[in-house]
Amino acid sequence: MSMDRREFLKAAGLSAVAGLGAKGAFDLFMPGDVDASEHGGHSGHGHGHGDEAEAGPKIRLAMAIDVLQLKDHSKVDKIKAACDNAHNIPHWDSKDDEVKWIWEDEYEHVFPDTHNEYLADEVRELPFLLMCNHCDDPPCARVCPVEATFKRPDGIVAQDYHRCIGCRFCMAACPYGSRSFNWFDPRIPLRAEGRKLNPRFPTRMRGVVEKCNFCVERLAEGKQPACVEACPDVMIFGNLADPNSEIRKVLRKRVSLRRKLELGTKPSVFYLV
Amino acid sequence: MIERALKGSPKYWGWVIFLLAIISVGFLCYLYQLKNGLGITGMSRDISWGVYIAQFTYFVGVAAGAVMLVIPKYLHHYQKYAKIVVFGEFIAIAAVTMCLLFIVVDIGQPMRMLNVLLHPTPHSMLFYDMIVLNGYLAINIIVGYNTLLADRKGLPCPGWVKPFIYLSIPWAISIHTVTAFLYAGVPGRHLWLTAVMAPRFLASAFAAGPSLLIMLLLFVQKVSKFKVDPEAIQSVAKTVCYAMIVNMFLMFMEFFTAYYSHIPGHIAPLEYLFFGLHGHDSLVGFMRFSMVAGFLGIFVLLVPALRRSNKWLVLGVASVFLATLIDKGVGLVIGGFIPNPFETITEYSATFPEIMIAISIWAVGALVLTVLYKVALSVREEQQIA
Ligand code: SF4
Ligand code: SF4
Repeated sequence: MSMDRREFLKAAGLSAVAGLGAKGAFDLFMPGDVDASEHGGHSGHGHGHGDEAEAGPKIRLAMAIDVLQLKDHSKVDKIKAACDNAHNIPHWDSKDDEVKWIWEDEYEHVFPDTHNEYLADEVRELPFLLMCNHCDDPPCARVCPVEATFKRPDGIVAQDYHRCIGCRFCMAACPYGSRSFNWFDPRIPLRAEGRKLNPRFPTRMRGVVEKCNFCVERLAEGKQPACVEACPDVMIFGNLADPNSEIRKVLRKRVSLRRKLELGTKPSVFYLV
Repeated sequence: MIERALKGSPKYWGWVIFLLAIISVGFLCYLYQLKNGLGITGMSRDISWGVYIAQFTYFVGVAAGAVMLVIPKYLHHYQKYAKIVVFGEFIAIAAVTMCLLFIVVDIGQPMRMLNVLLHPTPHSMLFYDMIVLNGYLAINIIVGYNTLLADRKGLPCPGWVKPFIYLSIPWAISIHTVTAFLYAGVPGRHLWLTAVMAPRFLASAFAAGPSLLIMLLLFVQKVSKFKVDPEAIQSVAKTVCYAMIVNMFLMFMEFFTAYYSHIPGHIAPLEYLFFGLHGHDSLVGFMRFSMVAGFLGIFVLLVPALRRSNKWLVLGVASVFLATLIDKGVGLVIGGFIPNPFETITEYSATFPEIMIAISIWAVGALVLTVLYKVALSVREEQQIA
């Protein structure tokens, strides 16, 4: 690749920010200048209390997942397949070697800190979709010794596969188990499965960490994340900093949960129940 | 001076060749790992650090332990340590070398190691760890080599070395403090998120490093004409004993906080390590052995009659060394990953190539130590004859 991947990510992010307001592709971004959004972009001390959403950055991308819709389990499979195909995610036989960006688990494992043995059966049996939370104060980015994982001004916690040294400090630091390491060459199972690869997204090499990237590469092209495109009724994506965005509207109306809030990481993934 | 390492008995050369043989087997295993990826180890998505990082952590402590001789000698002018302090510094050199190797074998893209320098990242504790470890290595090489050189010529230690000696004291503390911060600063790993992590690291380091030194000094007396003042060894043994008491005390603090508060997240990893959790108990035997060995070591070193007998003394310091090795060099890292963020359990067991690689790094450490000790001993023997 001629362009440094990190530069590409940055450029892509900026062009997405600059381009989308004008295009009005969807109600992601408030019109506003990019520089202003850098404010609050780095590790979060000094955040005042009170109305954080309004005082913070102009763009904070987030996802709300309507878990009730997932009773129809075919949607879970559809979403996972969309992500797998978009990002050439390999399937390993062993759980130990697994690489996954979005997957399902039950309430008890997703919210272990709010364990409730009297939980409604309906909720207990729901498949919750797990993914990187794109935390507002991400511990993974804080610990990375080379800034291979870093928070962008729009709130996406990105991963630079070409800079990562594979120390796996970020995996120890992520309290959500969102990160996967390529223990072996991911191209081996991709080849073995004979999968049709997405040429628009690079396959990774062994020895680097990866995770959900909120489809930063698709956003740069003005598209929605792959999971949103697959099931727009389940996955609601948008700008948390914009009080009029679709995601803010749905969060005002529905009860939502976020994972391990007590850790102060401020996850950007919401579960609507 | 270094050339003295090249003159040795057949036994010496036999030992060196033995170490080289182990190192080459380990090196082959490492090539195998390089070719196939870290998947050949027992590590997994859930247990993403294993024996490499655990051993790294332990040997940072062993390296820091040298300061337990430097402080009495240079701050309190305790002259009984004058002849042995360099042996402590040489342990530090060997141990830091091992630490650096453990990092190299652990990372997924070793060719990109230099990224840590190209993209210095002051908000990462690993960045500081790199600085302090390499600094500590350099300081100990400078101090160890120059003090020994001066000794050989019968001169006092040159003035310009003094600042490095004093610097080595806070620096030794910093290497293990920063290493503790790697763990103590991450949210969501209950076993690690404790303010006594750094103090406990230091206490166990000040027990482990000097106990290794005692074993080596006793051995070295057997194979050379160098005689160590028994009082000096007794003093080091007392240091080991007190440090180990502090270590066990802090461990008791961890138990109290977890079990008295009844907070499930805090109890779970301790439960896993010492009693087994939901039927998973692969480390229970080791951890209990470590606990028993720790108490045994303290007891032996605390009773003067036992401590003064060399046989008991070796048993005491060996127990302390093993106890801390298992506690910090295995349990601490693995226990931090259990249970995982979903409160389920994946266990870990190292694979054969992984263990071979770790053993060969031990062999590298032993080789570095052998060469350095050979040099130091030949200087000391000369002095004794003179
Ligand atoms: S969920 Fe984990 S990987 Fe994602 S931003 Fe938060 S800490 Fe980082
Ligand atoms: S594994 Fe890669 S992304 Fe994670 S902390 Fe290390 S260098 Fe950074």
